[in-house]
Amino acid sequence: MSKVMKKRKPARPSTMKDAVTHYCPGCGHSVIHRLVAEVIEELGIQDKTIGVPPAGCAVLAYNYFDVDMVEAPHGRGAAVCTGIKRGNPELVVFSYQGDGDLAAIGTAEVIHAANRGENITIIFVNNAVYGMTGGQMAPTTLLGMKTTTSPIGREAHREGNPVNVCELLAVLGGSAYLERTAVNSVKGTIRTKKAIRKAFRTQLEGRGFSLVEILSPCPTNWKMSPQKSWEWIDEVMMKQFPLGVIKDTGKGEA
Amino acid sequence: MKSETKQLLRGTEAIGESAVRAGCQCYFGYPITPQNELTEYMARRMLEENRVFLQSESELAAINMVLGASATGKRVMTSSSSPGISLKQEGISFIAAMELPSVIVNVMRGGPGLGNIAPSQSDYYQATRGGGHGDYRTLVYAPASVQELADLTYEAFDKADAYRIPVMILADGMMGQMMEPVTFKTKPKDPKKLPSKKWALGGSKGRSSRFIRSLILNPDLEEEHNWRLYRKHQRIEEREVRFEEYNMTGANIAVVAYGTAARIAKAAVKRCVDKNMHVGLIRPITLWPFPMKHIYEAAGTVKHFLTFEMSAGQMIDDVKLAVEGRAGVSLYGRPGRVVPTPAELSRVITRTYNKIMKDYE
Ligand SMILES: Cc1ncc(C[n+]2csc(CCOP(=O)(O)OP(=O)(O)O)c2C)c(N)n1
Ligand code: SF4
Repeated sequence: MSKVMKKRKPARPSTMKDAVTHYCPGCGHSVIHRLVAEVIEELGIQDKTIGVPPAGCAVLAYNYFDVDMVEAPHGRGAAVCTGIKRGNPELVVFSYQGDGDLAAIGTAEVIHAANRGENITIIFVNNAVYGMTGGQMAPTTLLGMKTTTSPIGREAHREGNPVNVCELLAVLGGSAYLERTAVNSVKGTIRTKKAIRKAFRTQLEGRGFSLVEILSPCPTNWKMSPQKSWEWIDEVMMKQFPLGVIKDTGKGEA
Repeated sequence: MKSETKQLLRGTEAIGESAVRAGCQCYFGYPITPQNELTEYMARRMLEENRVFLQSESELAAINMVLGASATGKRVMTSSSSPGISLKQEGISFIAAMELPSVIVNVMRGGPGLGNIAPSQSDYYQATRGGGHGDYRTLVYAPASVQELADLTYEAFDKADAYRIPVMILADGMMGQMMEPVTFKTKPKDPKKLPSKKWALGGSKGRSSRFIRSLILNPDLEEEHNWRLYRKHQRIEEREVRFEEYNMTGANIAVVAYGTAARIAKAAVKRCVDKNMHVGLIRPITLWPFPMKHIYEAAGTVKHFLTFEMSAGQMIDDVKLAVEGRAGVSLYGRPGRVVPTPAELSRVITRTYNKIMKDYE
C-alpha cells in the first residue's frame, strides 16, 4: 500500500454548478440535490428542464442546479410548476419543497396539482421541522418532538397530528407515482435515487403527477450529530412515515 | 371574431376577446362575481384557440400559475374582483420583483371584506401603490367604455412586455356588464409569431442555464435592484401617462373622475355647462402613472378640483399631491351604494360651484 492515500474527488454531475453549498454539515438537502442532478443528467433532460426552488433552506437551489430555474413564493411551487408545464408541455418541470413549504402553507396547491394530474414532479424533503426559520414545528413534526414552537413536545390535542403527505395524495385520481424514501443510509440513498428517476420517468411518459417524499436529516435543528440523526430517522421517523411506494399507477398500487 | 366591423359586446367579453387577439397564451382564474363572465368567456375562447385555460383552486394558485407561465415568456392573464385581487398581492409583488410581464384584471366590487357586488372604486390605493409588499408599482389602466376596455386590454399585453411589469386593468361591475359597440382595430396576433423574450426560461438548450428570482440577500445588490425598478417606474411616469379632458378651457372647477364615475361625471358636467357654468372634467386613463404634471398645471387657473369617486375618497390623495395646495380639492364619494345619476352629481357640482364662485367674488 502506498503511504500517501490520494483523496479522489467525486466527479460532479454536469447538471450541478461548481459551487460550495450553504447547507449545514450532515444536512440531507445536499445529498438530495446531488441525486436529483444525477438523474437529470442520466435522463439527458438538462436542457429541457425547469426547476422551481422553494422558500426554505433550499431557496438558493438555483445556485447549485445547472438548469433553468424560477423561484416560487413560499408554498406555491406546485402552482408555479402548473403554469410552466401547462404553457410548455414539452418541458420537464419539477419543484423542490420542504415540509413547511409543501405540507403547511402550500397544501392546497399540491393537493390540487396532484388531483388535476399535473404532469410535474415534486421532490418533497421531509425533515420534520422548519429548517430555514430556525427549527419551528412543521406539519410533519412527530408527536412528542420538541421544537422552538412546541417547546414541551408536540401533542395531538394541542398541535395536531403529523401529516402523511404521500398517503394524503394517494387517494386523488391524478396522482400517478408517490414514494417515500430516506437518505440516512447508503441503501436508502440508492433507493431514493431510483425513486427520483422513476418520478421523472413518470413525467416523461406523460402519466401525471409524481412526488418523492424523502426523510432527510436536519442535524442543526434536531440538535443531534449527523450520525445520531440518521439513527433517529430509522428509529423514530420511519414509524410515523413508513417507506415504500405508496402509489404507482404504472404498476397498480403497491 | 371579425375585426374592423362594429359589434355589440359586454365589457367582460371585450376584455376577453381583446386578450385573445393580443395573443394571450394562458389564462388562469378563480370564479368571483362580478367578473365570472370573463372567466367563462376565456374558458370557451381559449379552448377554441387551443390555448391554455385553467380554473385554479384559488386566486393564490392563479397568480402563481401566471408567475410560472410568464417566466417562460408566455403572454398571460388572470382576472378577479377585489377580495381575489387581495389574495393575489403576494404573487404580484413577486412578479413585479422578478419583472415578469402579466396582465391582471380587477373588476372591482364593494369592500372592505366581502362588501357587496355593487360597482365600486375602492381598490384605488391597492392598485396604484403596488398593492403587495415592497417598493414596486403596477401600470394601471382605468377604461371608461367597452371600446376602451378592448383597446387598453390589447395594449396592456404590449406594455407588460415592453416594461416587464404587471399591468392592471381596473374596471368595476358596471363596466363589466355594460353592452356597447366595439371595433377591433388591429388584426389578431398569432402567439407563435410574437417576438421572443431573451430573458425567458425554456430549458438551457444552446446556452447556459439561467434563473429568475426575487431573493437578493446582498444589501448592495438589493438596493441596486430597487433603484433599477425605480428608474423603470420613472420612465413609465414620463412616457405612459394618459388622460382625457372635457371642457377644460376656462374652467373654474374641474371634476376629476375615472372609469364608471367619469362617465357619470361627463354627463353631469354637460348639464352644468348647459347652465353656463365654467366646469370641466379631467379623466385619468392611467391611474398609475397619474397625470400629476397636468393637474399641477391646470391648478394655475382652475380654482377648485372636485373628485368624484365610488369610494370614500382615495384618488383625492393623488389630486392633492398634484395640486400642491395651489387650489382647493374636495370629494364627492359614494362608497358602496348604487352609483348616482348624472342629475344627482350635477346638483353636487352646482353647489360646489356656487360656493367657490361666491368665495371668489
Ligand atoms: C409567506 C411567507 N411566510 C413565511 C415565510 C418564512 N419561511 C421561509 S422558509 C419557511 C419554512 C421552511 O421550512 P420547510 O419548508 O420545512 O423547509 P426547510 O427549511 O426545512 O428545508 C418559512 C416559514 C416566507 N418566506 N413566506
Ligand atoms: S437547518 Fe437543517 S435543513 Fe437547513 S441546511 Fe441546516 S441541516 Fe439542512
